[in-house]
Amino acid sequence: MAITATVNGKPVSFTGEPDTPLLWAVREELGLTGTKFGCGIAACGACSVHVDGELVRSCSLPVSEVAGKAVTTIEGLKGADGTLHAVQQAWIDIQVPQCGYCQSGQIMAAVALIKRAGKPSHDQIDEVMTNLCRCGTYPRIREAILKATGQAAEKAPSAAMGDA
Amino acid sequence: MGVKRRAFLIGGAAVIGGGIFALQYGDYAARRDGLALTKRDKAGSFTGWLRIGEDDRVTLYSPHIDMGTGNATALAQLAADELDADWDKMTVEQAPADEAFANAWLGKGFIGDVAKGSAVLGLVPHSIYSLMARKLVGQITGGSSATRFTGQQGFRVLAASARAALVDEAAARLGVAAGELTTARGIVTHAKSGKSLRYGELAVAAAKRDLNPEPKLKAAGDLVYIGKPVPRIDVPSKVDGSAKYGIDFALPDMRVATVMAAPSRGGKLESVDAAPALAIKGVEKVVKFDNAVAVVARGYWAALTGLRALDPKFGDGGHGGVNTKAMYAEQEKLVKDKAGAFDAKGGKLVELSYRAPFLHHMMMEPFALTAHHKDGKLQVWGGMQDPLATRKAAAQAAGLSQDDVMFHPMLLGGGFGRKLPGENAVIEQVVKLAMESPWPVKVIWPREEEVRHGTYRPQTAMTLKASLGTDGKVSSWQSTCAQDAQLEAGMAPLYAFPAIEQNHAKHKSNIAVASWRSVEASQHGFFHESFIDELAHAAGADPLEFRKRHLAAGSRAARVLDAAAKASGWGSPLPQGTGRGIAVVESFGTVCAHVVQVSLRDNGYPRVEKVWAAVDCGQVVNPLNAEAQVMGGIVMGLSAAIHEEITVDKGAVVQSSFPDYPLLTLAETPEIAIEFVQSDAPMGGLGEPGLPPAAPALANALFAATGKRVRQLPIRDQAKA
Ligand code: FES
Ligand code: FES
Repeated sequence: MAITATVNGKPVSFTGEPDTPLLWAVREELGLTGTKFGCGIAACGACSVHVDGELVRSCSLPVSEVAGKAVTTIEGLKGADGTLHAVQQAWIDIQVPQCGYCQSGQIMAAVALIKRAGKPSHDQIDEVMTNLCRCGTYPRIREAILKATGQAAEKAPSAAMGDA
Repeated sequence: MGVKRRAFLIGGAAVIGGGIFALQYGDYAARRDGLALTKRDKAGSFTGWLRIGEDDRVTLYSPHIDMGTGNATALAQLAADELDADWDKMTVEQAPADEAFANAWLGKGFIGDVAKGSAVLGLVPHSIYSLMARKLVGQITGGSSATRFTGQQGFRVLAASARAALVDEAAARLGVAAGELTTARGIVTHAKSGKSLRYGELAVAAAKRDLNPEPKLKAAGDLVYIGKPVPRIDVPSKVDGSAKYGIDFALPDMRVATVMAAPSRGGKLESVDAAPALAIKGVEKVVKFDNAVAVVARGYWAALTGLRALDPKFGDGGHGGVNTKAMYAEQEKLVKDKAGAFDAKGGKLVELSYRAPFLHHMMMEPFALTAHHKDGKLQVWGGMQDPLATRKAAAQAAGLSQDDVMFHPMLLGGGFGRKLPGENAVIEQVVKLAMESPWPVKVIWPREEEVRHGTYRPQTAMTLKASLGTDGKVSSWQSTCAQDAQLEAGMAPLYAFPAIEQNHAKHKSNIAVASWRSVEASQHGFFHESFIDELAHAAGADPLEFRKRHLAAGSRAARVLDAAAKASGWGSPLPQGTGRGIAVVESFGTVCAHVVQVSLRDNGYPRVEKVWAAVDCGQVVNPLNAEAQVMGGIVMGLSAAIHEEITVDKGAVVQSSFPDYPLLTLAETPEIAIEFVQSDAPMGGLGEPGLPPAAPALANALFAATGKRVRQLPIRDQAKA
């Protein structure tokens, strides 16, 4: 029997095996490929989504567990009118992504953090943002979270040498 | 450094205007048109690499894939500037995986042996293209080369020639002297008469004109896009999940396969009972390869569940005795035998040995390729660092002519050298599965397979010897290393020592090696810059001052050292248990110096507090992205230095995923401040050079903080009291 849930506001039914991880159900059954596979063992965060608003590593959650629940993936973050979420906009403003592969998961983690903490502190960012990024975008991830929450430190422009 | 960027953004906004996201990658259909462009429809095409449409749209066909370095944006900036193009009308296309778009073709073109009559003949000075031809065979993205070679020496020159042809065409039509015309934002203007012509009106005729092989490039002061913080064209698609990577590709009825190869590389598959996998719902086939087993299913999870149900028996290929400890012992014996006599010439002899481990690239996207064989034609989709080489390897694996095979390059979730040619196992697997299937097949490697069957940075043992004269300077230097790698003799020292001897002993094992971000500079930078630091202490000198003793005043290395030191407050007092270290490494035409400030965590691991980097890469094309590249290099360099090691036991790689091959996390990442020094040096690369100084600067800082020298990577808790 199919498992019914809501994904990005739309009712869906998953017809695959109930032990299939949510990651593969959304990618292969629904064709929502913004959620990424990095390890399959809840160690990298590339597959992060929200289930009933909670941050979840979808590679390690059987799809049967989301029956009757609301799932949000990166594709569901934009407003109904297509406006980017404030976190997505900050990611563009700060130019966070490099290869970009980890960034869906990073953004989902950041959105969950901000929802919980409002204006997260340095330590809260450290604690929650445990998703891995091999391209080394961490400093800009931190900066973008601060920007999205109105905490971007206004530093005086300095005439750095060279190309400034 | 956030400071600098904001300043740039303000400056950039004024110049670039509102069209900053107009530049986009085209779709696959456009790529096919690109190929058609070189074959049939040449209207408005300048050598096939640059096309101006009648609608004024400027399309660049880039031979480089996007693995995260932002090269498409930089290439567009270089071309748009010389062309005086309208930024809103620029498009970058991924060039097809076709010989017509091989960089070697360009290279050969400028040496002069492509087909006679080609528009490309003689377009750019020979000196430049002989360099390109050597550096770039096929369509490689690597060697920090896209911007400095393809961009600066290719597209920029081509765009300048194209602009001149557009001006000549306009002059002929208006009946005025070319010198009376000016160009800006895609329009040629004759100020005296007030007449103007759009590039789109001129392009078809202009493209038929002879192109000037040595056009005059703009002076630094006239640049409009180069040097500006233009936002990257790929970024919007990477924040909303719409960017399509190799692993995301799908076709109707596609099957998904996953594989397990012999743990010991060189071992064969001896036997496997397929029944347990076939009992899993969704599993359709178990396929035996020479050295691996594959499970084909309706989806990845069924395939993986099937694979895990199997108990394949593999041979060890006779490599059962290979392990890390034995390898280091063999390498150190080779080093000892190879080093030979060293004449200290009456100076003080300093001799030290270092070790660096195998490293995995750990790009976040594991290998994933899709192939479909239909009506004698094979198509392959995925993210690889050399599309043309991938197409060739696929043709070979399929036993088809290259004309019957097409590879469609997609985004890469990281490359770092892992997806360069040479790694063909996954290509062979997907092609073989597709050739025997009526359906398209996607092969996804589990992370565990990826880690165990990587192509690693070579494990290296190094002994360095130097003689310290009474003048407090190095009088002779000898390096001897053993590793399995391309390079013959390690890396040349950056310093002007009177006598330098480099020895190398080849050490082979069954473990595959390949380029890893910054290649030899990563481990040899660590050896050299650790040793010079030890020499400074042996000479009782400040490490910064000691390095500068051996560098010409005003040299690139001396300038970046000074800049990084100044930014860090080098020499000012620090709390007990905190130390600063410095290192400088040149790689890919760029010189980079880092100062690292460190203390120890309770568990004895380094707490990197801050990194100051100073970079001389010549002209900075895009400061916003240049900073990102150096930052990424520093993070990856610290990650490797602190945590990363691939070890071998019984001929097989021990590690399998992130828990036993941890990467640096956000919480461990220090504040990073980066400066680009003003420089007239030829344009250098940026994808890699930020990495090499990280490990030695950190190890040197740990010595300053704790008095302990770490001579073997990874550092982990070696500096613990
Ligand atoms: S793929 Fe889920 S945490 Fe890595
Ligand atoms: S942007 Fe490449 S892994 Fe994070």
